[in-house]
Amino acid sequence: MAADKKKTTINPGNLKAGGFIKERGKDLFTVRLRVPGGRLPISRLKKIAEVADKFGGEFVHLSVRQSIELININFNDFDAVVTELGEGEQKVASCGARVRVPVACGGCEYNPNGLVDTQRSAMEVDRELFGTETGHHKFKVAFSGCPFDCPKAAINDGGFIGSIRPELDREECISCGLCAKSCAEGAIAMDQENKPLYFPDKCAYCGDCVKVCPTGAWKTVEKGYTVRIGGKWGRRPLIGTLYATFLPEEKVVEFIACVLAWYREKAEGLGRIRLGDIIIREGTDSLLDHLRSRFPANIVVETIPPQIVDNQIGNNQVEV
Amino acid sequence: MSNTIDLRGICCPTNFVKAKLALEMIDAGETVEFLLDDGEPVKNVPRALKDEGHKLISLKETDGFYTLTLEKIAE
Repeated sequence: MAADKKKTTINPGNLKAGGFIKERGKDLFTVRLRVPGGRLPISRLKKIAEVADKFGGEFVHLSVRQSIELININFNDFDAVVTELGEGEQKVASCGARVRVPVACGGCEYNPNGLVDTQRSAMEVDRELFGTETGHHKFKVAFSGCPFDCPKAAINDGGFIGSIRPELDREECISCGLCAKSCAEGAIAMDQENKPLYFPDKCAYCGDCVKVCPTGAWKTVEKGYTVRIGGKWGRRPLIGTLYATFLPEEKVVEFIACVLAWYREKAEGLGRIRLGDIIIREGTDSLLDHLRSRFPANIVVETIPPQIVDNQIGNNQVEV
Repeated sequence: MSNTIDLRGICCPTNFVKAKLALEMIDAGETVEFLLDDGEPVKNVPRALKDEGHKLISLKETDGFYTLTLEKIAE
């Protein structure tokens, strides 16, 4: 009967970046919210709770990548959900072959281990690159504030790990030995004059020596991101490998855009394929050269292809 | 040296909290010795106390444990 028919209108702009994911039930969708770096102001959290209560199911789901997902949203309510969330300035995230919402640790404002402002980097990348279509597959980015690497940078297409290069002023050193004791990598030993001896080859650039030094004899002479590229998890995991060191924080967006340009070109015609698998096909030098032309001071001399994790299931061969 | 606080056998971060409590009972400008186990305690506690604004003076190893000397700095 014509009277029962109802035409649903949905603003196509709301669907453009994805973020609405089909559920099992008829007409029901999960709405993935955009929470870059996992930082959620209380005002937005309250608005999310309000909208979830009004349109969603009994609970929300915390995704693995720091998002809140609204569950059991009827597709008729898409526009209303987007509008009401928008009043609290909460946006919807994405899915598909796009640059995803970056994840990050708490950063350096309150975490004593944080060496760089990962939150600022995550917000910048979210603002400048979120939702960019890659033409091939998803593209994930993560920021860790220190080499503890809680966000697991190396299983992202682009993984950034805060690091500092330490240098000792021997005059200011009081020979307390705390730096040698604090160094988990064995990169510092006390010499015959009871002064620290530094072995850069062993250094993880975590800054523990600078942080513990009572007199400020250990200084930070360089600060930025260690960059790993080509990682992913999923069915066929790859561990991303080293491409840059001490990349200045303000160059992160430009760096990712540069990687994306290479990915777009090299994956042309290959369908749905992740960056790491393209690096395995093309070899590492092609990407290194491409990046070196723009970031000569930061790109490493050589690197290794993404490392295949043997998950021991099925015929886990990398397609080349 | 009268101010000696034995934090051996106490795990992180309880040892740091005990150190903070002990420092509350001591006047600014006074020196304190903390006895710390090797491993995590000697790596974490000195740095955390420096972060709180106190002045680290020395670290000595004796018979498998460490003596951290610091000066309490007023808040």
